[in-house]
Amino acid sequence: MSETMRNTLLFGVVACLIIFVGFQQSWNSALLIIAMGLISSIMALGVNLQWGFAGLFNVGIMGFVALGGLAAVLVGMPPTPGGFAAGGLGVISALVLGAGTIVAVIQIMRRMQGGWLRTLVVIVTLIAGFFIFRAVLDPSVARIEEINPAQYGYLGGLGLPVLIAWPVGGLFAAAAAWVIGKTALGLRSDYLAIATLGIAEIIIAILKNEDWLTRGVKNVIGVPRPVPFEIDLQGNPAFVERATSLGMTPVEASTLWVKVLYIALFGIVLLILMWMAQRALHSPWGRMLRAIRDNEVAAEAMGKDVKARHLQVFILGSAICGIAGAMMTSMDGQLTPGTYQPLRFTFLIWVMVIVGGSGNNLGSVLGGFLIWFLWVQVEPMGLWLMNVITSGMAEGSALKAHLIDAAAHMRLLTMGLVLLLVLRFSPRGLIPER
Amino acid sequence: MDLLNALIAFLNYVFIPGVAYGSQLALGALGVTLVYGILRFSNFAHGDTMAMGAMATVLMTWLFQSWGISLGPLPTALLALPFGILFAIGLVLFTDRAVYKFYRVKKAKPVILVIVSLGITFIYNGVTRFIIGTNDQNFFDGERFIISAREFKKATGLAEGLSFKTTQGITIVTAIIVVALLFWFLNRTRAGKSMRAYSDNEDLALLSGINPERVVMITWIIVATLATIAGVLYGLDKSFKPFVYFQLLLPIFASAIVGGLGNPLGAIAGGFVIAFSEVTITYAWKKVLVYMMPESLEPSGLVQLLSTDYKFAVSFVILLIVLLFKPTGLFKGQSV
Repeated sequence: MSETMRNTLLFGVVACLIIFVGFQQSWNSALLIIAMGLISSIMALGVNLQWGFAGLFNVGIMGFVALGGLAAVLVGMPPTPGGFAAGGLGVISALVLGAGTIVAVIQIMRRMQGGWLRTLVVIVTLIAGFFIFRAVLDPSVARIEEINPAQYGYLGGLGLPVLIAWPVGGLFAAAAAWVIGKTALGLRSDYLAIATLGIAEIIIAILKNEDWLTRGVKNVIGVPRPVPFEIDLQGNPAFVERATSLGMTPVEASTLWVKVLYIALFGIVLLILMWMAQRALHSPWGRMLRAIRDNEVAAEAMGKDVKARHLQVFILGSAICGIAGAMMTSMDGQLTPGTYQPLRFTFLIWVMVIVGGSGNNLGSVLGGFLIWFLWVQVEPMGLWLMNVITSGMAEGSALKAHLIDAAAHMRLLTMGLVLLLVLRFSPRGLIPER
Repeated sequence: MDLLNALIAFLNYVFIPGVAYGSQLALGALGVTLVYGILRFSNFAHGDTMAMGAMATVLMTWLFQSWGISLGPLPTALLALPFGILFAIGLVLFTDRAVYKFYRVKKAKPVILVIVSLGITFIYNGVTRFIIGTNDQNFFDGERFIISAREFKKATGLAEGLSFKTTQGITIVTAIIVVALLFWFLNRTRAGKSMRAYSDNEDLALLSGINPERVVMITWIIVATLATIAGVLYGLDKSFKPFVYFQLLLPIFASAIVGGLGNPLGAIAGGFVIAFSEVTITYAWKKVLVYMMPESLEPSGLVQLLSTDYKFAVSFVILLIVLLFKPTGLFKGQSV
């Protein structure tokens, strides 16, 4: 069977699965799977750039995705009335001061000769910088959080069209990736893993606790959307007429139509990124990356700047995850920092990349769809399985109730098994690297 | 008197919790560092191994409690601990046979093993949630305090009370015993010496007739024991919650790296460095400072450098500093 045939067949199978859901459950959930599958594919594409092209092990995807979500809020939300006047300047100057302290420390490290004097100066600068930072930041934050906490209590955003947030989310993620890459790249691969794991936890902690920025666990709701609201469509006579002519109720038609619009938008982004990733893969740059991945020493001997290329590709991959994160938040319409779980946002993406085929962009897209489908569908399947297993048990027995309750946790188990089985028996994935 | 009060407050809120937490981290980091030294990969499943071992112990504890068996003032969990350890040993040995061995024989790259350990994390995490659910589980019983704050105040007449929880005492004592046994094993016994030889130079160890599979098996047994003890102690001291163990990975890894990956002594030092930094930076120092300073200079705020929600940030920053300036850790680890 030729490769194109095989790939078409694989995508066809996934398409059939989704269509099956459409008939069996509802078209709404089928379209939702497609939309989230597109976002997952974009994330997988970013991770594939890092892992498949360059062999970099990033377990902080969740953090970069969350930064994208933050961008959606900061760009898309309308500014809080009086928020900026209350403490905006204070917060910004505090952040500038904080950054200035770090720059000063780096300069001291560079300019002064090593020794106890330098250590002392660095420590004093850091401590002084930290206290000045807190002294400027804390009162402004308190003032911002005082403004109508039930509704605002944060700075708000810029009120720009939310589509702008997508590239901005990429920029945020890229900036975080630069910091991590600068410190952890060039050390052992495990260190990058642990450093990224850490930065992800910290980003989530910041989103959860800095109420002035994101309202913390109170969540930001009503993030503007790039597509019309269902309720507006239902009020639109032309739309209602078209829906009835197709034999659908306006409510059903509007939810479907909104999802179709999202899918179109996400599809465009995926196509652009896919085209870029494909071009990168087949360019001299892509070949150089793969040469570095396969034999770092040899590539270095050929005069390739390994560290710079690693940093570059790490930043690019993380930026793609940031874009996907912004897209996801603008689809959900809310930023809920409490829902960012590493198992869902980091390891699931890893399963997609490995199952799809690391090093192959098409594979990442396939993995994104397939694994997202499984992730969504394993729960009902698990519940069904548990019902079958427990059907012989007495009604109301504690074990039966426990097993049925526990069906929700089948997901992790299944994903872990899928990952291990693929790694063991088909380590190159469904669509292997050429 | 004020100085004494300040000292007591410091002991009560910073020193004792720091030592207890440090012991838990040190035990966890020892497991990570041993896997790294012998099997040469970072075991991301370690946190969830802790959770699995602790879960088995919790279930046994409940069983004993329902039978009415108890240790009097000591928590019943201590009685259940050996069973938890046995369960964890069986679990990791099975995992090694079923999963890791294949890659070891193939001499796969360490990063592949890390990804595999991620898959194991998924499965362990799923099983833990499947069996015990995601809620907080309390399995502590027995006497709560060795020294309670009220009695201490009455006995000494100080304004500040010192409380020393049973769990903290048990944590510290257990950690000392376990670490002493471990070092005796590594330095004095034949099996321990073969482990160290294998860790230092694999080829040379193989040439001198050391059986690698035996070394790996002993390592896993020790790692499972350490993980279960650390998990149970942490669960007793705070509470048992499946999520928490995954989040503990970061401070545990930070401890192991700060000490120098692959170096057991370093893991212990690293555990205490991380624990004390976390506690001192997230503690609100007002209480201590009020006693120390003249009234006019008393601080108005809480004098808390970072809110406790950022305790991960502390271990992370220390980790970054060590990676930047001394990638092999404070004690010389194996890696570059």
